Amino acid sequence: MFAAALIVFRESLEAALIIGIVAAATRPVTGRSLWIALGSALGVAGAIGVAAVAQSISQLAHGNGQELFTAVVLALAVVMLAWHNVWMASHGRQMATEARELGRSVVRGDMALTAIVTAIALTVLREGSETVLFLMGIASSTEASRASLAIGSLLGFAAGGAAGFLIYAGLLRIPVSRLFVVTAWLILLLAAGMAGQCARVLIQADLLPALASPLWDTSALMPDDSALGTLLRALFGYEAQPSATQVLFYLTALVLIFLAMRRARSHSTT
Amino acid sequence: MRTNLLLAVLFLSGAALAADPEFAIQLKEHRFTPSEIKVPAGTKVKLVIDNQDATPEEFDSFALNREKIVFANTKGIVFIGPLKPGRYEFMGEFNRSTAHGVVIAE
Repeated sequence: MFAAALIVFRESLEAALIIGIVAAATRPVTGRSLWIALGSALGVAGAIGVAAVAQSISQLAHGNGQELFTAVVLALAVVMLAWHNVWMASHGRQMATEARELGRSVVRGDMALTAIVTAIALTVLREGSETVLFLMGIASSTEASRASLAIGSLLGFAAGGAAGFLIYAGLLRIPVSRLFVVTAWLILLLAAGMAGQCARVLIQADLLPALASPLWDTSALMPDDSALGTLLRALFGYEAQPSATQVLFYLTALVLIFLAMRRARSHSTT
Repeated sequence: MRTNLLLAVLFLSGAALAADPEFAIQLKEHRFTPSEIKVPAGTKVKLVIDNQDATPEEFDSFALNREKIVFANTKGIVFIGPLKPGRYEFMGEFNRSTAHGVVIAE
């Protein structure tokens, strides 16, 4: 039961954190809860769909289908998160002012909200499909263990959801003017982390060279499977032994998105 | 011109023949066999995981920085390395208690 809880918790953590951060980042926006719920629901539906055809996907591209699919999903999510951040850099100041002065929800362009909700759907789909496959595997085990595995999975989901909620609640304590900056940074780091993961997955399929591997080893300081390590991994893509290509992708995404944000801000009218 | 072309073909085919070392791991009854795999350090290595169970398994390793779902009665390929000499643990995430092993690079 504990093993199942741990597996489901780890898979749902990344999705829960991104939902919590996005929910906080879009707090003054009208109807954002509905959008987020819709994105999550689409992600779940997608996860089930992907799990159903996962074996076929896996066999595409000379057996690299799984890695290519994951890489594409990650890359799309990075683009969506980057788009959100750039949009916020152009309009964020205006939104924060409105929210503060008018003291009520503001409406923002549907296009930009679509981006961030798509990022949620993609992350839920990616992490969720692994969870669905795991649960499908459980379904074929003995009845006695099935019950305990089911309870464990629910506990894992609950724990993941709690973590997402904690991040959300924690972020809400930040005053609105600061909130945009903090969430922008969190989302930037999330995007960079996903870019790093994208590289890792392509290296696994031998579609990218690892170059120096590992570039560094901080597993003595912060092991990957420790509680804090797991959290840092989900939030920032932390890895104790990353390859050079991974770090390169991470830094490139970080710098490019940051520069795009800065450019958007300097061009914004307010 | 013809000599150059011939040399190019010979060189390329030589390069193609220098394939990455390949190691097979069998997964049966949620156990990896062999559970200890010795691989050469400093070079890319190809692991072929043969899942002979009726359920999918996730080959997962923090140390190797890899995770891949290998479906029932299928084989999955995972490239690892280049590795520094050392021990790198891996496991079947869906069946942690029984499915685990170690890659030893030397």
